[in-house]
Amino acid sequence: MKQISGNKLLVKALKEEGVEVLFGYPGACTIDISDELYKQSGIDIVLPRHEQALVHEADAYARTTGKVGVCLVTSGPGASNLVTGLATANYDSVPLVCFTGQVARYLIGNDAFQEVDIVGITRSITKYGVTVRRREDLGRIIKEAFYIARTGRPGPVLIDLPKDVMCEMGSAEYPKSVNIRGYKPNTSVHIGQLKKALKMLQKAKRPLFLAGGGVNISRANELFTQVVDKTQVPVVTTVMGRGAISTKHPLYIGNVGMHGAYAANMAVSSCDLLFSIGTRFNDRVTGKLHAFAPHAQIVHIDIDTASISRNIQVDIPIVADAKEAISKMAEYAEELNTKKWIAEIEKWQAEHPLTMKQRKLMSPLDIIQEINNQFDEAILVTDVGQHQMLVSQYADITEKKQLIMSGGLGTMGYGLPGSIGAKIGNPDTPVISISGDGGIQMNIQEMATAVLEELPVITCIFNNEYLGMVRQWQKLFYGKRYSMTNLKAGALSRRTNGEEYPPEYVPDFVKLAESYGAKGIRVTKKEEIAAAFEEAKKNTKAPTIIEFIIDPEEMVYPMIQPGGTLEDMIMDC
Amino acid sequence: MDKGMKKRWISLYVENQVGVLSKISGLFSGKSYNLDSLTVGTTEDPTVSRMTIATVSDDETFEQIKKQLNRMIEVIKVIDFTDIFVRMKEILYIKVKNCSAADKVELFQIAETFKARVIDYGKDSLLLEFVQTATKNDAVIKLIKEEFKNIEVVRGGSVGIESISMMER
Repeated sequence: MKQISGNKLLVKALKEEGVEVLFGYPGACTIDISDELYKQSGIDIVLPRHEQALVHEADAYARTTGKVGVCLVTSGPGASNLVTGLATANYDSVPLVCFTGQVARYLIGNDAFQEVDIVGITRSITKYGVTVRRREDLGRIIKEAFYIARTGRPGPVLIDLPKDVMCEMGSAEYPKSVNIRGYKPNTSVHIGQLKKALKMLQKAKRPLFLAGGGVNISRANELFTQVVDKTQVPVVTTVMGRGAISTKHPLYIGNVGMHGAYAANMAVSSCDLLFSIGTRFNDRVTGKLHAFAPHAQIVHIDIDTASISRNIQVDIPIVADAKEAISKMAEYAEELNTKKWIAEIEKWQAEHPLTMKQRKLMSPLDIIQEINNQFDEAILVTDVGQHQMLVSQYADITEKKQLIMSGGLGTMGYGLPGSIGAKIGNPDTPVISISGDGGIQMNIQEMATAVLEELPVITCIFNNEYLGMVRQWQKLFYGKRYSMTNLKAGALSRRTNGEEYPPEYVPDFVKLAESYGAKGIRVTKKEEIAAAFEEAKKNTKAPTIIEFIIDPEEMVYPMIQPGGTLEDMIMDC
Repeated sequence: MDKGMKKRWISLYVENQVGVLSKISGLFSGKSYNLDSLTVGTTEDPTVSRMTIATVSDDETFEQIKKQLNRMIEVIKVIDFTDIFVRMKEILYIKVKNCSAADKVELFQIAETFKARVIDYGKDSLLLEFVQTATKNDAVIKLIKEEFKNIEVVRGGSVGIESISMMER
């Protein structure tokens, strides 16, 4: 039998799994793996500038291609820098396999240089994590990791690789199949249960589909649209579910939840059947629990049994992959007469249409509308905060568009690396990220990665000199005491008791872009928006930063007070 | 809020691997579930461990606990022991110190009543061993605590197995 090192087996395994891109950052404990990757070409290696961004890049690559994102980082700080990225991926069900270096087995537990118990640290934020303790287990563990990451409810898997295990010689065999006795994901749908749910739907007078991120993850968008067309049942989505059906579809109402559309939240509060697919009824979606969909019977389809009847008690639970279930629905569902119900919803839409007050100053809405106008096909990536909610409200997500963001964990700093991962996976699709001036600076170093990888991503920065979403809460609920949210605060403002702030913003994003070898454009007026995007589109070999100067008084409406009910919306004032 | 708040038991088959115990107990602390007791040991198959877990929870939380356990890769099988016929015992040691002669007589009587064994004997101390249900052990501890000042208690947590079913008897 041919014997090879663990390092060689790892590279062989990556090839057999069809891995085309690996996001990696080297170190002492993984230098042998780096060396092996150098000797055997065939896998593109992307070298980000920080491990947190590295995971976000792999994460966005996975979200936009449907493939497993693969990460390789070293032990100790390399591994611990993964934490936020893993939690982000875990919350949003993103398939990742992350390899971390580890000190040799005889050093584990000695507080050796660059040793951390990364499997222990990440136990609650990964789908599965394991340290390879024996060379003979390596192949099986890698095979299982890819299987676990992409099946069932997808999620991140971490494999910790002690240096000596990887150098040990052993079997060259990479297993062909997987058998894990404790993990048999069930995807097929219980037809009886589904027919019961459809019967309930047929009887409903005010039925409503609620589509969550699960519909997007299972890529059931087209089938779901067929079901909606066939049944004529109106649709609301969660933020993660946006795009489950084209936002221009006549039966699409809007997002629900804290910053949902008025008509969408009213529809949830008034419907008599809520047919939900692939959502976990997160607190930002439901508001006050006992007042959520108070008149409705609830059907809930989800791949994860633990998501069903956790926050909201449901009448018909269906454990299934969203696509499987929706394809059966397309087969069995029948047309309903929903005209009266739709007329009611249209009344709400007319009463409080989703719109922002038109001001003389450039508003975020002007920018988002320009993106809608100029790009028929695009992947939009957001950071976290006001701009994220505005994009989730106003961006058209049609068949050729995708919106990705850190929806569950709400990770600032996702935007720029997210756009890089998306572009690497989709080189022919325009990729636009939108960040605030806070979030962009949490991973700004990735401009270097974007420049070196020659990625023409467009990075929009909504600069209002504040951490806007927290400021919004302070403005509405904390007596306008803007504590810790002014990004110009520092020694000068402290010295002058808040009377004086530096005149210039730090950093100058245009100069910053240029110093990286990217293009930088500053937009201060409405009239300049269109030209800025046109110019960015012409920059086809390098990224472009467009900085938009925004009034800090811009708010996101409607808004439900934290812990309030869906009907209790604060409208634009 | 406390709909059906009561003590419940779960029997769990898990992979006998490093970190699994930590993962299970981490689930309880991370999600704020009550963990009353947890015992673990290997089974007839050395690659499989079996746990007996006691938790005080309401109906909804208990459903969630079972689901969360089930979705763990290392968990092979979850059995709800709350409403099925099971044999379940807990071992309990009580050391009573500073005993007078009369105290010792009383302790022997307690031991006889509760079918406990006196397993060690000192000049002024006794060591008792009880193997009974956790609820009975609670009662014994309460009783002995009331009567004796200087005691030392250690208990093992419940270990349970399904009774032999009627069909097989």
